[in-house]
Amino acid sequence: MPVPETLEFFIDPARCIGCQACVQACAECDTHRGQSMIQLDFVDRARSTQTAPVVCMHCDSPTCAEVCPADAIKRTEDGVVHSARKPRCIACNNCVLACPFGVPKMDTEAQLMMKCNLCYDRTSVGLKPMCASVCPSQALAFGTREEMARLRPNARPVNTFQFGAQTITTKVNLMVPADNVDWVDVTAAMHEPTVTHDLLDDVFGGDLYLDLLPDAVPLPDRPAQA
Amino acid sequence: MSDPTPTPGLDLDAIREFGPYLQYARDMRVDTGVEPDRMVKTHCCFCGQQCGMQLKVKDNAVVGVEPWYDFPFNKGMMCPKGIKRYLQQSHPDRLLHAYKKDASAPSGFSEMGYDEAIGRVAAEIDRIQAEHGPDAFAILSGASLTTEKTYLMGKFAHMALKTSNIDYNGRLCMVSAAAGNKKSFGVDRAANPWSDILGADVVWISGANVAECAPITTNYVWQAREHGAKVIVADPRITPIARTCDLFLPVKPGRDTALFNGVLHLMIEHDWLDHDFIEAHTVGFDALTESVRQWTPRLTAEVTGVAEKSIRQAAEWWGQASTSFLMHARGIEHHSRGVQNVMSAINIVLASGRIGREHCGYGTITGQANGQGGREHGQKCDQLPGGRDLGNPEHRAYVAGVWGIEPEELPQPGVDAYEIIRKIDQGEIKGLLSVCFNPVVSLPDNNFVRQALEKLDFFVAIDFFMSATSRYADVVLPGSLQEEDEGTVTQLEGRVIKINPAVDPPGEARQDWRIIQDIARALGRERGLTFAGPREMFEELRVASKGYTNDYSGITWERVEDNYGVFWPCPSETPDGVPEPGPQGTVRLFEPGSWNPIAQGAGPFYFPDGRARFNVTEYVGPTEDVDDAYPVILTTGRVVSQFLSGNQTRRIGPLVDHYPEPKIEMHPHLARQLGIADGDWATAESRRGNCTLRAQVVKTIRPDTVFIPYHWAGRKSANQLTISAQDPISKIPEYKVCAVRVTRAEAPPAYETKLQPQQ
Repeated sequence: MPVPETLEFFIDPARCIGCQACVQACAECDTHRGQSMIQLDFVDRARSTQTAPVVCMHCDSPTCAEVCPADAIKRTEDGVVHSARKPRCIACNNCVLACPFGVPKMDTEAQLMMKCNLCYDRTSVGLKPMCASVCPSQALAFGTREEMARLRPNARPVNTFQFGAQTITTKVNLMVPADNVDWVDVTAAMHEPTVTHDLLDDVFGGDLYLDLLPDAVPLPDRPAQA
Repeated sequence: MSDPTPTPGLDLDAIREFGPYLQYARDMRVDTGVEPDRMVKTHCCFCGQQCGMQLKVKDNAVVGVEPWYDFPFNKGMMCPKGIKRYLQQSHPDRLLHAYKKDASAPSGFSEMGYDEAIGRVAAEIDRIQAEHGPDAFAILSGASLTTEKTYLMGKFAHMALKTSNIDYNGRLCMVSAAAGNKKSFGVDRAANPWSDILGADVVWISGANVAECAPITTNYVWQAREHGAKVIVADPRITPIARTCDLFLPVKPGRDTALFNGVLHLMIEHDWLDHDFIEAHTVGFDALTESVRQWTPRLTAEVTGVAEKSIRQAAEWWGQASTSFLMHARGIEHHSRGVQNVMSAINIVLASGRIGREHCGYGTITGQANGQGGREHGQKCDQLPGGRDLGNPEHRAYVAGVWGIEPEELPQPGVDAYEIIRKIDQGEIKGLLSVCFNPVVSLPDNNFVRQALEKLDFFVAIDFFMSATSRYADVVLPGSLQEEDEGTVTQLEGRVIKINPAVDPPGEARQDWRIIQDIARALGRERGLTFAGPREMFEELRVASKGYTNDYSGITWERVEDNYGVFWPCPSETPDGVPEPGPQGTVRLFEPGSWNPIAQGAGPFYFPDGRARFNVTEYVGPTEDVDDAYPVILTTGRVVSQFLSGNQTRRIGPLVDHYPEPKIEMHPHLARQLGIADGDWATAESRRGNCTLRAQVVKTIRPDTVFIPYHWAGRKSANQLTISAQDPISKIPEYKVCAVRVTRAEAPPAYETKLQPQQ
C-alpha cells in the first residue's frame, strides 16, 4: 500500500531541542531495526544549544537516484525515495556526494547506501514514521496539511529549495514564517551579511552583568556593550 | 584536599559482576521477523510526565517499544529515555538473587538464599529495635515506586516497625513545591492540566530545563506559542527551551525570590492586578505589598543579575496578559529558601487572578515517575495517607481506625532523609532499609553520606541493579523493575494512571511489596500487611485517603483505565448539592464555586475560609555565597539521556553513548581567565570535595556560574561538591547553588584509565 497522499512530513528546526528522541526511535523502526537513519547535529555548540534534525527530503527528482550509475535507488509512486537496493548498489558513494541535503550515508561494512525511507513499513499502512511519532517538540511532524494549518497558523510549509541553478522540490516540507518567501534559496543565504557581533554577548556581556561579577573573577577583556 | 575514600564496588572486580554493562538491542530485539506475543499499554518508568507507551513482549522479555498514540498527555511522543527504557529489562546486571556482604569475594558480595536473607533481615531489625528502641531502625524509600507501594512502605514503617524514621527521595526533589503549594493554596498538586498551557497569552518557565528534563512539555509550550503566546524563561543557562523563547531572564542562581518580588513590585506600581480576585479569594495582599515596596527594578536587577529592562518587560507581559501559565521545577526549588521561591512565584499568579480557569494555570513540573503520588500517602516523615498529618490527633485517629490499631500505637513524626543520614552518623540510628533511593549518588555532600553509611550496624537494600548505595549494604534483596509489577502512579498533572505488568521478575527477584510483606511476616508483625496484591492495597488506600485533601476514594483501577487516568481529588461521595466530579475526576483545581473538604464550600482554595494565601517572601541569599577562596557559583542538574542517579540509564548503551561522561560547563570568559580550553580536564573544588571532569566551554551559561550534571557515581559525582544546607520548612537540599573554585587539572583523573566510561 502506498503512503496516503494526504499525509505529509513537516520539519521545523526552530522547535528542535536536540534531545535525540528521533535518533533513538529511528533505530526502533522495523524497516531499519537497530540502525538510525537520522542526523542530529549541534549547529555550533560553543555558541548555542541549537540543533538541526536531518531526515531525507524525498525529492521529486532525487539527485541521488539521478547520479546512481547502478540504478539502485528507487522512488516509489507515492514519492518515497528508498535506500539503495542491495543487489544493485556498488557502494560507489556518488549519491552521498551528490545529495544537496547531505542525507545518504554509506554503510561500508554492508557495502550499501542507507538512508531514511520515511519508515515505509509504518507509513505505507497509515502510521506515522517513528521520528515524527516520538518527537517531543514536534520539530518533526507528520499529518495532513489542514491539521498543520490549524495547529500552526503563523507558519506555512514550503517544499522548494534553490541550490544555485538547481531547483529542487521535495515531498518533505520545511515550516517557515507565514509571511516568508515561497522557496528557500539555500546558496544565497551563504552570502547574506553576517551579524557583526555575537548575539549571546547581549545576554551575558552587558555592563550590568559585568559590574556584578565578584572581584575574584575579573574578565580579561570586556566585550563592547550592545 | 585529600582524596576521599573510594566508593566500595567502584573497581573492576565489582564492575565485572554488577556492571554497569552497556546493553544494546540484539537478537530478538533487532530481528524484524519476531512477532511480539503481546503489546502492553503502560507508562514510562522514568520522569513525572509518565508518557503512555506500549511495550512489545515476547517470551517474557520486553523486546521493543511502540508509541501509544491514544494516550492524551503525550499522544505517542517520547523522549530518548522512554524509547530505550526497554533495554533495562533482561539486562545482564539484573540482580537475580539475594546477596550478602562478603569480604572474601572479589566483588565484595556473595549470593545467599532468599529465605535466609529475609530471616537475617528480620533478625537484625528485631535485635536493633530491642536494643536501641523502635526509632533506631530507619527506612529510606522512593518516589519512583507505585502509589500502592509507597502506601505499603508508610504502613510497614508506622504500623509494623513503629519507627518514626521513614522518609523518601522526594525530599531531594519536590518538597519545596509541595510545601509552597500547601502554604499558598492549602493543597499540593499542579493546579491545572497541561492542556491549559495551550491558549495562554504568556507562558512563564522558571528554573525548569523543560527540553531535557520534561521533554514532552516542550510541544505544549511551542503549541501555545504558535497561537501567539509569549514565552518567558528564567534560568542561568540558555537551555534548549530558552534558546528561542521570547524573553530570557538570565537569573543568577539562588535569586529567584528577588526576581518574583521585583515583578510583583512592578505589577503593583502599574496596577496590573486583579483586584476583584484578590478581594474575594485571597488574604495577605497588603502585607505583601508593603514587603515588596523595596524591590525596585534597580535593586532587583542588582540582586538577580537580570537587566532592568528585561525585568520591566517580563512584568509588563505578565501583568497585562489575559491568560497565562506559570511553571517551575527544581531550579527554584532546590534551595535553602526553596519554599520562599515557590511562594514568591505563586504570589505573582495570585496577584494576576489567573488561576482556576481555562488557560489560566500554574504547575510544578514533577521530577520522578510518581513524584506526585509518592508524596501523598504516608512515606514522608510527617505524613499519613491522603495527605494527612502524622502529628494531627484527628488524622491519627482516622488512619488508625482504617488500619485497626489504636492511635497511640502510631509513632510521632520523624526526621527528613538527610537528617536520617546525620542520625546514622551520630549513632542514633543503627539500622537502615532502603528501596528506590540511591543517596550515595543523589544526596549532597555525599562523602559525608558514605562515611555515615559505613557506621550502620545493619543495612539492607532492595534493588534491581547493584547501585552505588547498595554496595554499602550487608544484605541486598532482589526487587522489581517497573515493568515487573502493577499499580498506579500520579503524574505531574495530578492524573492517576495505571502501570501494567509486562514480564515476571527473573530468578529469585520479586515484587518489592512481596519482599516487604515477607520481612513483616518473618518479624511476626504481619498484621495489616497481608495484601494479596497491589489492587487490595489500592482499595485500602481509597478508604485511608477518604475525606481529606488527597481523596482517592472515588478512583478505581477500572475508572483509571477507562478514562486515560483520573485526576484527584475524586471523592466517592459528596455532600448534598455538591456535584460529583466527572469521570476524569477533578481535572482543574480552584474553579469558581468548587467544593473541597477543607473549605466546605466557603471558597475554592483549601483553607477553612476558602481563600488562597499571599505569603510575604523576604529574599535571603544562598547559604554559601561566593568569596575570594571559592569565587565561582556551581549549579547542578540533568541531561536528557540520563535519569537521576543513573542506576538504570547508565546501563543502557544508546543512552550512555548520547552523553557518556559528565562535563563541567563554563562560559568562555571564565575559561579564558582560568586558562582552560574546551575538552581540557578541569577540577572543581568546594569546601566539601572535588571533582575532575572535562570542560565544555559554551556561551550558553552565565560567566559567573559553572554547571555539572549529577547522574554519575564515585569520583564523577557532582554531589561530592554540593552543600547539605536545607530549606528550614521543606528540608530540600540546596543543589542549585554553592561556591567552588575551578582550576585546570594538572593531569587526567585516576579513574580515566581504570574504569568504564559510564562509571
